[in-house]
This record gives sequence, structure tokens and C-alpha cells, in this order.
Amino acid sequence: MSGTNDFVIKFATVNGSGSASANTIFAKTLFRMGIPVSPKNIFPSNIQGLPTWYEVRVSEAGYMARRDGIDLMVAMNPQTYANDVAEVVSGGWLLYDSTMPRLWQRTDITVLGLPIAEICAKIWKDARQRQLFKNMVYVGALTALLDMDVKVLEGVVGDQLKGKEKLLAANMQAVAIGREYAEAHFECPLPIKVRHAEGAKGKIMVTGNEAAGLGAVYAGASVCAWYPITPSTSLAEGFEKHARRFRVTKDGKRNYAIVQAEDELAAIGIAIGGGWNGARSFTATSGPGISLMSEFLGLAYFAEIPVVLYNIQRGGPSTGMPTRTGQPDIISCAYASHGDTKHVLLFPSSPTECFSMSTDAFDLAERLQTPVMVMSDLDIGMNDWMTDPFTWDDNWVADRGKVLSREELEGFAKAKGRPWGRYQDVDGDAIPYRTLPGTHETMGAYFTRGTSHDENARYTEDGTIHARIVDRIRRKFDTAATLVPKPEVNIRDAGSRTGLIYFGATRPAVLEALDYLDRDGFKLNALRLKAFPFTEEVKAFCAAHDRIFVIEQNRDAQMRQLLMVEAEVPQEKLIATLNYDGTPMTADFVRQAVLKQLQPAKAQAAE
Amino acid sequence: MTYITKPLAHHPALPRNALGLTHRDYEGSMSTLCAGCGHDSITAAIIEACYEMDLPAHRIAKLSGIGCSSKTPTYFLGRSHGFNSVHGRMPSVTTGANMANKDLVYIGVSGDGDTASIGLGQFAHAVRRKLNMSYIVMNNGCYGLTKGQFSATNDKNSPSKKGEANPFDAIDLCQMAIQLGAGFVGRSFSGDKKQLIPLIKAAISYKGFAFLDVISPCVTFNNHPTSTKSFDYVRAHNLASENKLDYVEPKEEITVSYAEGETAAVTLHDGSKLLLNKLDGGHDFRDPDEAILTIRRNASKGQVATGLLYVNEAGEDLHDALDTTDRPLNEIPVAELCPGSKALEGVNARFR
Ligand SMILES: Cc1ncc(C[n+]2csc(CCOP(=O)(O)OP(=O)(O)O)c2C)c(N)n1
Ligand code: SF4
Ligand SMILES: [Mg+2]
Repeated sequence: MSGTNDFVIKFATVNGSGSASANTIFAKTLFRMGIPVSPKNIFPSNIQGLPTWYEVRVSEAGYMARRDGIDLMVAMNPQTYANDVAEVVSGGWLLYDSTMPRLWQRTDITVLGLPIAEICAKIWKDARQRQLFKNMVYVGALTALLDMDVKVLEGVVGDQLKGKEKLLAANMQAVAIGREYAEAHFECPLPIKVRHAEGAKGKIMVTGNEAAGLGAVYAGASVCAWYPITPSTSLAEGFEKHARRFRVTKDGKRNYAIVQAEDELAAIGIAIGGGWNGARSFTATSGPGISLMSEFLGLAYFAEIPVVLYNIQRGGPSTGMPTRTGQPDIISCAYASHGDTKHVLLFPSSPTECFSMSTDAFDLAERLQTPVMVMSDLDIGMNDWMTDPFTWDDNWVADRGKVLSREELEGFAKAKGRPWGRYQDVDGDAIPYRTLPGTHETMGAYFTRGTSHDENARYTEDGTIHARIVDRIRRKFDTAATLVPKPEVNIRDAGSRTGLIYFGATRPAVLEALDYLDRDGFKLNALRLKAFPFTEEVKAFCAAHDRIFVIEQNRDAQMRQLLMVEAEVPQEKLIATLNYDGTPMTADFVRQAVLKQLQPAKAQAAE
Repeated sequence: MTYITKPLAHHPALPRNALGLTHRDYEGSMSTLCAGCGHDSITAAIIEACYEMDLPAHRIAKLSGIGCSSKTPTYFLGRSHGFNSVHGRMPSVTTGANMANKDLVYIGVSGDGDTASIGLGQFAHAVRRKLNMSYIVMNNGCYGLTKGQFSATNDKNSPSKKGEANPFDAIDLCQMAIQLGAGFVGRSFSGDKKQLIPLIKAAISYKGFAFLDVISPCVTFNNHPTSTKSFDYVRAHNLASENKLDYVEPKEEITVSYAEGETAAVTLHDGSKLLLNKLDGGHDFRDPDEAILTIRRNASKGQVATGLLYVNEAGEDLHDALDTTDRPLNEIPVAELCPGSKALEGVNARFR
């Protein structure tokens, strides 16, 4: 599989050593050469000193999932040498700092010794500079080994150093030193190398969290409250960054309000208070935060208050694997809070969708007067993805839902044939009309409460009324199913009765696996879920297939359970296909799982 | 319990305020609290204060947590939007509401359990953020709604509730509020209308975080271990059903009237006495240290200092810190908030 524009390179470094920016420069350079790249940060829950990795898959074919088997390991962390070397495929390469030479056990790989520390010690006197430029020296060596375009690299470094132009020359000097050393001592380029390509043209490279934060700015969100937690923190920061650019009035005042709350209870409480009062409001969190927000989510559900919650999922249970990815909160979010509750979920599969689904989320929350959760994860949220550029339709009009203005309130009885009541289902879609505080001197005031209430928002302990209200709220979910984004259906063989359902970050792995399975002789139809509740298309797809692989990243096959319960798909149809080790899914994993079922013999042969 | 509406007919002779509204226009629905509950007296004082201030009720938002005290917003300002949130979380909901619309008057009502226990964190941070609101704690030293357990404001040395059963020191919310940076802090007693109404009016007028701790006797549970209405006694003696009071004896509201600089002894429903010391402006209420000292000196004598304890006249609020625009955020159309496609081209370019 490996060759020109088709390999995996991994950088093993130490957290806090400045390697992160050098690694990003490396990936961005390939991207600007037009080559599809997919970088993944594998980082510890630590600020300095623990091992960290950066894995870059290079694929001219445009396969952007993580792939096992490292072709070239840039081993800069002696702590992890043993494991790092073991990961290199037979016939692969190892580049390491040979200032302290090592004897390596493996004879099936090529070891490239680059005495980085020694070189840097000669040139830079300052310890900090030495450390930082070390990283650029190995990037320099890679430009020779992989035949990278140094001009493009210089452009990338220049962009990173905007405002610190003096540093550019020093960085490029480090690059040149590494490059010259490699040219003099190694056979350059290696068989795995790069060349200018077209696959990345027109794309952008961005993290899902920044995209979602930007999406919230575009969707018109103006109240944000959050509490720091990996991997969601950069979402609120992304919102702030873009709001600071786009949301400042001529007199320098802000058209948005952000509060870093004291905890997640307060973060969701603030977002709900803002939603109640008519601002587009949101919070962002991850697993432990979801647990804390649970009580409030039930309140917003029952009192029918719009709010958007981004859940950037990570490995659980408990603190779990805070810096590893997963999709383990499907059920806890679908049914968050005590009592009978059910929530609208959206499943973006790329940063582009984190952006576009932000608008969907705010529109749906206000239309349905309920919490909407955007279920991203660490992989989409924190890794740079090569993705389609953001697009915006200037004719878009926000759906603010059924909020009555002063005039509408006054004319309500005449227009609708009955007086206004906060929880009256006037239109038959189970969605009532709401008013905002301050609308009218004498009309429209009501009391919002989490205790049982009647159609006029009055406290009640009458069980019949209670049942009537919760039934209507459940019917609202039927309305939701007609409004949420429809799934992406990919019918490869109209006659096939075998299908595959997936969602979120596994999209690149699944699409790649479907190609391989095609070659294996299996044409699988696929459906990518974009939302819960399930739409008619989902039910139709399940009805049209006898055997459906459900691909997800959790232990308990949570989406499969949801399909069984909420779409009434017979359980024997649904084959759980699960990965939950915290790493992004690979195409090979999906392919093997499918082959194991469809053709056990072939699966073994392929292993 | 069901909702009880009050008849809306107005007597033509009822006095009207500058807005042409009567006292009744500021009332809410009928209280469902125990007869004589101190919380109802505070409700009445809030109604009176808003009426006298000629406040347009629809420009007020009233928010609360959970508890008997937190139910009271249903009983005042029927023309205002209300929000009975979850236990201990009124501060965060009010914060969000205020962020969305800085132009409304926010009245938050909470209990001593709601604020000093489950909601202590949110209380502290709302104070710290200088949220522009009036935060009223109806402080009865117990959990009324869950039937009389001790709250964290129950003072172990207080002559009113000296039962050894409470081994812990009380949290003094006024001292906390001053320490955390509240701009306006006062304490009063539910039955002292003459003191309470002006304090509520001042709190509402104040820009920034105004805190009022209002002592409010619970007629049904008072935590006096020897009292027949204490939690322990009820549990031990109510044969009908554990933890259940089938009948609550109607009690008279406790009122008190005394002059500034005087000390009044109030007899509570359980027969115990509460010593109130009405401050006469003898301390410099602009000085937070002196304010705290005054509270502590009184407490050491078994007295509760009431009145305006502290005020910082340079009123500051959250929006000053956030530097938000003058227009309420919820009034800015989304079309104005959205940067549009042209700007997006620039954003995309940065990611290439
Ligand atoms: C999360 C949660 N835990 C417990 C309760 C039960 N609960 C309801 S009111 C209350 C105490 C209220 O005490 P306080 O705030 O002092 O109000 P009071 O009734 O005394 O006025 C408790 C513990 C609840 N509603 N929610
Ligand atoms: S239980 Fe106490 S606090 Fe609650 S309503 Fe009755 S008297 Fe008031
Ligand atoms: Mg209480």
C-alpha cells in the first residue's frame, strides 16, 4: 500500500516540547502541495513531559481514516523507543536522534540516525531555541527524505510566524540543516515520498471544534457558557475567537456574552436561562459534563426551553480516557435526565458538518423548544481534518420558532380561534407558542416550571393533565423526526439485502472499507445517520435490508440499541460492529468485521 | 394541591400608583404555603415594594430554585414572567437570562437550603460576577418543603434553635456575600415591613448584585428538639404516617415593629426568641470590613444585625465586565449577528 503519496508517518515526541507546531507545519505543507493528509494527535492528559504522538496518513486516493502500520517513524522520545520501533512495518524506516547512538533490534527496517541534539548544540546557544529548532531540523530532514517542496514549507512557516518574521529565517535555517544532513547521509528520497497532487485542492484543514464555534457565530448564538473539559474546550474558544472578529459593534462593544462558568451545572443553567429569554444560547462539554447537566436537561425538556449543547465525546465511563475518542454517550444523551425524556441529537461527521449542523441545531432547538445536542467527538473536534470549505447561503433565514411578538399576542385569539396558553397545542404539531419576558404589559406572562403544569402553565398535581402534557411532548418528537437532517444513503447495489449503518467520525473509515469490500466482491448499501429521532428513510433502509452492520465506537452497541427500541428494527438484523479502544476507526477494522460475517474463510486469509 | 386563581375584579376605590396600577396588579395567585408562613410576609413586601416603585411588572423577571420559598414567585407579580428552576440553580438561570436581556429587572428568590447548601457554589459565583439582580433568601433555618431538616444557616448557638442536635456552625450568607464582592447586602425579618419594604426597593434600584437575607420563620417545622413541631417530634409522634403532617395548625403571622438602634425580641412559633438589632447607621456601611465586624459583634451577643449592612455605591455589573453592547442581545436579529458569506470566504482562506 505504501509508496508515493501513500504512506503513514508517525512522530513520537514529548508533550510540551514544541513539536506540535513543527508537526502541524509538516502536515500543512503536504496539504498545500495538494496531497490529501489526515493528521491525528494522540496526546496524554498532561501538559508537559508525557509521550505524545502525531500520526499523519498521506493518501493520494483521498482515504482520510487512520490506518494501522507505520511506514516511517520519527522517534524523538527515548521513553517510548521500544514501542515506537515495534510499530514500524517490515521494510519501513525509523528516523531518530542519534546523538546518543542506539543498537536497534530490528533488521527488517532501515534506521536513519540524525544527530539532532549535537547539531543544535553547535548552532544555538539558548536552550529554549535549541529545543524548538530541534523539531524543525527533523522536519528539514523529512523534506529531503520525502522530497517535499521546501518553497511550500516556507510559506506555511511564514503563515505560522505572522508578526514574528524575524523567526522565519532561523526556522528555515534549521530546516536547511536537517535537509543538508539527510541529503549527505541518507539515500534521498525514500520510496515513500510525496509529489504535488490535486486531491486536496479546494479543501480546507480545520478542527471540528473551531468549525462548530464558527458555526455558532453564524447561527446567531449570543449567549455561551462553558466549563473547561477536554476535548470540548476549544469549541468555546473557537466561538470566542470568531465572535471577537465578527461580533464587535462600531463602538467596540460585544454582540455576544460568554461566561466561563463555575461548573457544568451552571454552564447549562446559564444556557437555559438565555434560551428562555430569547437569545440563541449554548454550552459545550464532554461525558462528565453531560452527567452533571442531566437534571437541567430534563427541566429544559419538560419546560420546553430551547438550548444547544455540543457534546464532544471522549472515552468513558467516569473520567475514562479524556484524551481519546469514542461515541459512548449515545444513550445517555438520547435519554438524558430522569423521568420520561428523549432528546434530539445531531451527528456531524466532519468539521464541515460541525459548522453546518450548528445552524440546524439552533433552528431545531427554537422550532421544537427543546434541547438539541450536537454529538461530535474528540477525533472530529480536536484533529485537523481535510474537509470541504464552509459555505453559506445569504438567503438563509433563522427559524426562531413560535415566539409571539406583542402584536401576535394581541391578535392571537382572533387568529387562532382560542386564547393563548403557553402549552396549548394550537397547530396540531405538538409545538406550543411561547412569549418572552417583557413582551406585553398585561398579556403573555406565564410561569416556567419543572413541576407538572397544565396547558396554561399552571401548577397541577392532576395526573390526567400531567399525562396529557407528557404525551404532547412525546408527539413533538414525531414532528422532530420530520425536521431533522435526513441520512446520507448510498445504495451500491439495489438488489443487495446487506447494509451498513454508521454515523459521525467513522465516515472516512467506512467509505474506504466499502471500496475494499467492493473489491472483495461485496457491494454493501450504506446509510449514514445524521440525527435522532430516526427519520422515515432510516426505517425504510432497515426494512429493505436483512443484515445490517451497525458501526460504532462504544462497548454496548448503543446506536444499535436505539435502532431496536426507537425504530423497532428486529435485533437479529443488526450486527454490532464495535471499536472502543479510544483510537479513530480504521477501514481495515470495518472490512474485517464485515468479512468475518459474510465470508469467514476470506476474512482469515486476509488477516 | 392545585393552582388557585384569585378573582381579578378591582374595587374602583383602590389606590393606584403612577402607572395607574393597583396593588392587586402586582399580586400573583393565592399562596399555598402554611398559614402564617414568614415567606408570605416577604411576598407581600415584594408586592408592596414593586407597587410603590411604579415598576412595570412585565419588565420584571422573577426566578427561583426549589423549596417553599422558591414557590413564592407564583404568589407575586402575576404579570411578570417567572421561572421556577431546579434546586439551588436559580443563580445560573438568572445569569443566562440577564446575559440575554440586560434591560429587565431580575428578582431571584431562594431558600436557605437552596442557597447555603445545594446552591452555595452558584450563589458564590453569581455574587462574584456581580450579576445585576436582587437576590432574596427567605431564611427559615430549615428545609421547609422536605419537612424540617436542618439547613446550613441553622445557628447552633442561636437562642431560637439551640438544640444540640445541630452540631455545625451556621453559614452567614451576608458575611459571605460581602466577602465575595456583593455590592449591596442587607438583612431583615419577614415580619418587619417597615424595614423590609425599603430594603427591597433599595435592592431593586441597585445596579449590581444586591443580596437580602430575610429571616422567615417556618410555622410548621422549627427544629427545636423539644418542640412538638420539630422534625424529630413529628417523626416520633405522628402515627398516621411517618414524615407526614396531616394537619397544620393555622398560626398568626409574626410581625414586629421597632425603631432603629433598638433591639427587639421576637417570639417564634415554637416559643423561642429571636433577638433583632436594628442598625441605626452607626457603622460605616460603605466599609466591607466594618460591615462584617458589625454582623459578627452582634452574633457574638446572640443578636442578629438587621438593616442595610453594606453598600458599594460604585455599582458595577456583569455586562460591564463582558463589555456587551447596550442593546439587549435577545433583541438583535440573527441576520445582524451572522457575518455572511463574504466573511466566510476570508475564514476559508485562513484554513487553506
Ligand atoms: C436535586 C434535588 N435534591 C433534593 C430536592 C428536594 N428538596 C426540595 S426543597 C428542598 C429544601 C428546600 O429548603 P429551602 O431552600 O430552605 O426552602 P424552604 O422550603 O425552607 O423555604 C429539598 C432538599 C430537590 N428538589 N432536588
Ligand atoms: S413548611 Fe414552613 S416554610 Fe414551608 S410553607 Fe409551611 S411554614 Fe412555610
Ligand atoms: Mg429554608
